[in-house]
Amino acid sequence: MTEPLSRPKRKNPLKRTRLPLSPQPMRSRAAHLLTQAAAEGRFGLPTCLACGHHHYPPRDACPKCLAAEIVMAPASDLGQLAAATSVEVAQDLYFRERTPWRLGTVVLAAGPSVVAHLHGDCAEGDRVRLSWRLDRSGNAVAFAEPAVTTPNMSDDSQWREMTNDPKFRRILITDGRSSLALALAKALAQAGASLIFVGLADAWKPFPEMDAFKRIPGVEILPLDLTDSDSVTELAGEIGARVDILINTAEHIRPGGLTERTGVTLAREELEAGYLGLMRLAQAFGPVMKFRGADGANSACAWVNLLSVYALMSWPAYGVYSAAQAAVYAAALSLRSELRSGGVRVMNVFSGPLDTDWFQTVPPPKVAPAQVARAVVDALMKGIEDVFVGDVAEDIRARLAKNPKALERELGQ
Amino acid sequence: MSMTNPAFQLIGALASGQMRIIDLTHTLTPEFPTLVLPPELGQCAPFRIEEVSRYDPRGPAWYWNNISMSEHTGTHFDAPIHWVTGKDLPNNSVDTIPPEKFMAPAVVIDCSEAAAADADFELRISHIEAFEAAHGRIPAGCWVLLRTDWSKLPPARYVNMRDDGAHTPGPAPEAVRFLVEERDVLGFGTETIGTDSGQAHHFNPPYPAHHFMHGKGRYGLQCLTNLDQLPPTGAILFAAPLKIRQGSGSPLRVLAFVEG
Repeated sequence: MTEPLSRPKRKNPLKRTRLPLSPQPMRSRAAHLLTQAAAEGRFGLPTCLACGHHHYPPRDACPKCLAAEIVMAPASDLGQLAAATSVEVAQDLYFRERTPWRLGTVVLAAGPSVVAHLHGDCAEGDRVRLSWRLDRSGNAVAFAEPAVTTPNMSDDSQWREMTNDPKFRRILITDGRSSLALALAKALAQAGASLIFVGLADAWKPFPEMDAFKRIPGVEILPLDLTDSDSVTELAGEIGARVDILINTAEHIRPGGLTERTGVTLAREELEAGYLGLMRLAQAFGPVMKFRGADGANSACAWVNLLSVYALMSWPAYGVYSAAQAAVYAAALSLRSELRSGGVRVMNVFSGPLDTDWFQTVPPPKVAPAQVARAVVDALMKGIEDVFVGDVAEDIRARLAKNPKALERELGQ
Repeated sequence: MSMTNPAFQLIGALASGQMRIIDLTHTLTPEFPTLVLPPELGQCAPFRIEEVSRYDPRGPAWYWNNISMSEHTGTHFDAPIHWVTGKDLPNNSVDTIPPEKFMAPAVVIDCSEAAAADADFELRISHIEAFEAAHGRIPAGCWVLLRTDWSKLPPARYVNMRDDGAHTPGPAPEAVRFLVEERDVLGFGTETIGTDSGQAHHFNPPYPAHHFMHGKGRYGLQCLTNLDQLPPTGAILFAAPLKIRQGSGSPLRVLAFVEG
């Protein structure tokens, strides 16, 4: 049984902060089939398109028929833990400071045997569930957990290396006025976050949700304006070293394509709040979070961007907004690579139209803020980095994978 | 050096302490509130400052910033072209206003007690008449400044935004008409975020200070501070907006020359 995680003690200020190390990050191109699955939290096995043979590890050609077309195909994630061992001494610097580390061989019902990292509650002979997880280097590894849920399962130390569990972590929600902020604060408090900083711009404007925020345990409202560089720098100076998970809720939604707008003032506001806001946050909070990537049980671990799925393909009815979101998305990919060496995972959460004022005239299905909040917490707990929330986002993702040109034409009709 | 230029007397009075300068300007900061309009309308940009270099690799020996803001951010000047009623007047933008208009006497009507009691205080003709009874007739071509001590309030109370909009003091339509038509003033200045009161969109006409002042080619000054340091009469204002082509207004430094 997993020992429940206890609230991390305050840091000893006389001790040097442990620097983040990365487990082995090199992968073959074929192995990134697993990275893609792990990024979205899906399971599957490398499979030959010609003969349907599942295999592992991923290869450039089918080990059975030598055909070169290998895809990820759905397969059962269940198997049996045939053998388990514990590594007591490791040469690799990352594992060296995390020993003992358990590994085992899982024989999958679908055929292949896989050497996997083990959850502490798996014993030899047990039925286990295998998943692809992103490790601290951002690459996929195999992880075996008990097939049935065990108490305090997510507190397992090896599991927590793969996930970004908010439990006992300190969160910054950057824009408290966003339609998602309150739902997120509630969901994170429920998931055991120890502190939830909520940024508030223009404190002189009424903030009707103030009382609702204050009722949530651990919430602290602090001044933060993403369009003001000084404001971002100032807050990072004060709380930067205490932010373990940053959730950027910047929100600026206006309808209209390029020719339906007059002038560029609105577009500038969209870029200020979204793209430049992200850049300001990255410059102010990025370096210290990256430095704190291995700072104990409440290390800095995740950076969450809440994006419109139309960042991936323009929706001309909201064309300028789509473009601003695409800019945020492109910047987020760069940030993901920049923070990876610190073990901080950049998570992009894509939603379709939200059930809020700015999408009032858009027909359903629309995504409720609470649904996004649940998806964020769930993805943090699983360590996923690409999250699609709701039917519209899932649909756009699927159509984009299948035929992007068709999607472009259809969204523009 | 020719000492016949009377402006030298000004310098002399300043040096001897016979005259003082009072700064009526707020510091431009990102936090300073701007006018809030319904979100579907265009918005007034707040003041923003971005460092270009600070004795660093971006510029080893120098420090400078790029700044951005609306023409109507911070302590600022409203030109007649700002309002639809003044759109066709000659010399109605900040770049074409004759420079001699930038220096003029000012009277200060102190309504700070009434405004403290009622955020929706309206300046009426009766208040102007009471002022004139005490301090004499308001001369033509001068600024009329409404002192409310609003500039001393913390930001949330300064803006005083509620569900039905902002609640801040300002002039009633009759008072603005009177000042323009009966007293021929140069312009109207306030401590609040606009020359009109917070609820002025419900007046008839809406936004009377903008409607009447700009419609007759007069000017506005808003977000002024330190009005409590001015005498009721006898101050001279220096208020020169930036020379922006077709500019509707501009942030500016407003200086008052008063007797030492």
